[in-house]
Amino acid sequence: MTEHTLVGAVNLSLAKALEEDETVILFGEDIGVDGGVFRATDGLVDRFGKDRVLDTPLAEGVLAGMSVGLAAEGFRPVPEIQFMGFIYPALEQMISHASRLRNRTRGRLTCPMVLRAPYGGGIHAPEHHSESTEAMFAHIPGLRVVIPSSPRRAYGLLLSAIRDPDPVVFLEPKRIYRAVREDFEDDGEGMPLDSCFIQREGTDITLVSWGAMMHETLAAADQLAEHGTRAEVIDVATLRPLDMDTILASVEKTGRCVIVHEAVRSNGVGAEIAARIGEDGLLSLLAPVGRVGGYDTIMPLARLEGRYMPSTERVVSAARRALEFE
Amino acid sequence: MTSKSAASEPGTSKPAPAKRKAGVSAPPKTGATPEELLEYFRAMLLIRRFEEKAGQMYGMGLIGGFCHLYIGQEAVVTGVQAALGENDAIITTYRDHGHMLASGMDPRGVMAELTGRRDGYSRGKGGSMHMFARERNFYGGHGIVGASASLGTGIAFANRYRGNDQVCVTYFGDGAANQGQVFESFNMAALWSLPVVYIIENNQYAMGTAVTRSTAQTKLYKRGEAFGIPGQQTDGMDVVAVRDAARKAIGHCRKKKGPYVLEVLTYRYRGHSMSDPAKYRTREEVNKVRSERDPIDHVRELLIAGGTADEAALKEIDREVKALVTEAADFGQQSPEPDPAELYTDVLMTL
Ligand SMILES: Cc1ncc(C[n+]2csc(CCOP(=O)(O)OP(=O)(O)O)c2C)c(N)n1
Ligand SMILES: [Mg+2]
Repeated sequence: MTEHTLVGAVNLSLAKALEEDETVILFGEDIGVDGGVFRATDGLVDRFGKDRVLDTPLAEGVLAGMSVGLAAEGFRPVPEIQFMGFIYPALEQMISHASRLRNRTRGRLTCPMVLRAPYGGGIHAPEHHSESTEAMFAHIPGLRVVIPSSPRRAYGLLLSAIRDPDPVVFLEPKRIYRAVREDFEDDGEGMPLDSCFIQREGTDITLVSWGAMMHETLAAADQLAEHGTRAEVIDVATLRPLDMDTILASVEKTGRCVIVHEAVRSNGVGAEIAARIGEDGLLSLLAPVGRVGGYDTIMPLARLEGRYMPSTERVVSAARRALEFE
Repeated sequence: MTSKSAASEPGTSKPAPAKRKAGVSAPPKTGATPEELLEYFRAMLLIRRFEEKAGQMYGMGLIGGFCHLYIGQEAVVTGVQAALGENDAIITTYRDHGHMLASGMDPRGVMAELTGRRDGYSRGKGGSMHMFARERNFYGGHGIVGASASLGTGIAFANRYRGNDQVCVTYFGDGAANQGQVFESFNMAALWSLPVVYIIENNQYAMGTAVTRSTAQTKLYKRGEAFGIPGQQTDGMDVVAVRDAARKAIGHCRKKKGPYVLEVLTYRYRGHSMSDPAKYRTREEVNKVRSERDPIDHVRELLIAGGTADEAALKEIDREVKALVTEAADFGQQSPEPDPAELYTDVLMTL
């Protein structure tokens, strides 16, 4: 087996998809010759040719819009947006067209596209190079929103996303693109797009997170374990549709829950999860559901970034509040 | 004739002597006075030295985030600035340090913003791409490629509405020229006769993508044709040519004849930002431009050939400029970190 970084796993997964299905086409700004700003598509143009790995002009809106047309014609386009902050012109296409094509045509046309974008902070970059606006997509029926938290999951989830018959927004936590390496086989094995992953089993509290924040969340679980608290940690991975069964089953067991995300707290995906626990799991709760998120402000530059990003300490103290609640 | 290169960057060999012909006996003809040439020389050198310093400081980890250097393109903003009226507005992209210095913003404040400190133009919250100075009519620094086009169109709309004769100079790159909002802006600006000069800084590349690989009509000054907007192309390595073309363009707008597209052919010497795989062009290509078409060398030659200044006088200017830059760099490192309370300032007004 070989060790892969998360960005390496994305590359491997894209290569596998290009190999197994000739309708897969990648395009985006600087993804060919340059191999992408984060090198996610490094070497792919050499292996699969300029007809399948295309450098495009700067035109995010058309990248997404064109993908809808291509997908309706039976292709599986995988456009890349360089940073999530540049995705907004594509948002219009994803909401107005990609997400509704199946419904609008009563299933006669479908939209098997995957819109990929690196997202999140922690790389000392300004606002639109650092923000997490996954909730905007998670709000839209007809889209899948998927965020991997590890190299193996990036590989498997991306493969499944490309094979999926519907549009997927695939957000890659760039802070951990190269932070960890994982051993796994390039075996073409996909991963489910309709369930959360129980990352660590526990009985005392449920910690729910996704993307890069899984690392702070697991570190918090480690700290809690030192004091005898056994936290169950869930990686949501697919934010829409949301696998509430797994989360509710966990909360039923632990009675306490803290949701951790990097995105601005208000109206974030954490609010949806908390509301659903309130609706369907109220009687198992022993404490209010806690949320740890980014603050309600615009992502600041480098020197204040550390204060914005949810830290392990903030997760631990939210967990303590939930544990100590009487 | 030999000339010392102004483009001495660490780790690179000195460019060969400039090939551009300058008269030996009679001073070369330009439309600029000796004083003006000296002024442009100093202004361009300030940008270059500032950018060299910023590049070094980035390498030392003193500047966070991204940093897009303007080295090679100095004649563009310097020439345009010389053609601007006092109240004309400027708006540009993230490759903005040169524009800020040219518009008279304090190098110390710019550097302190690059280092993310309290005394920066955005109090350390904006960084390299996001600085503003209303007192200089400088409306930013914008990280979204193509954004300046529609925002600049709006500024021009305001000027037209108020009936004043101010013009908005709106810069963007060759890559940005392919964004939809640029075309939408062109149409409205032409429809409503807005006083906006769209300056397309065509440095041949958008990141790693050459114009020819991304653009169907590579003569970007023709981009306004479909909307009836006049366009012109000019040599962006020649500050006087830029100034004269900008005068014409700005004059057109000031006479309320509507928008204008000015394509300026230029070249960036450094990578797109500080990390650049540099796979898209050869070292020779870069060196050739640097040695044959450098905008600062060009003016240096004119000054010397015209007898306006000798090597020693130009060295002295360089020393003064370097001192300014060193002061800015020190300032940028000594200014305090932003107050954590700044996280919450200027999001919405508290009612
Ligand atoms: C909407 C948007 N898409 C992508 C990017 C990433 N990006 C930043 S600069 C750039 C290239 C722009 O090239 P050009 O307009 O020629 O300007 P230059 O960098 O050459 O000055 C790209 C793709 C961005 N900032 N905004
Ligand atoms: Mg360019």
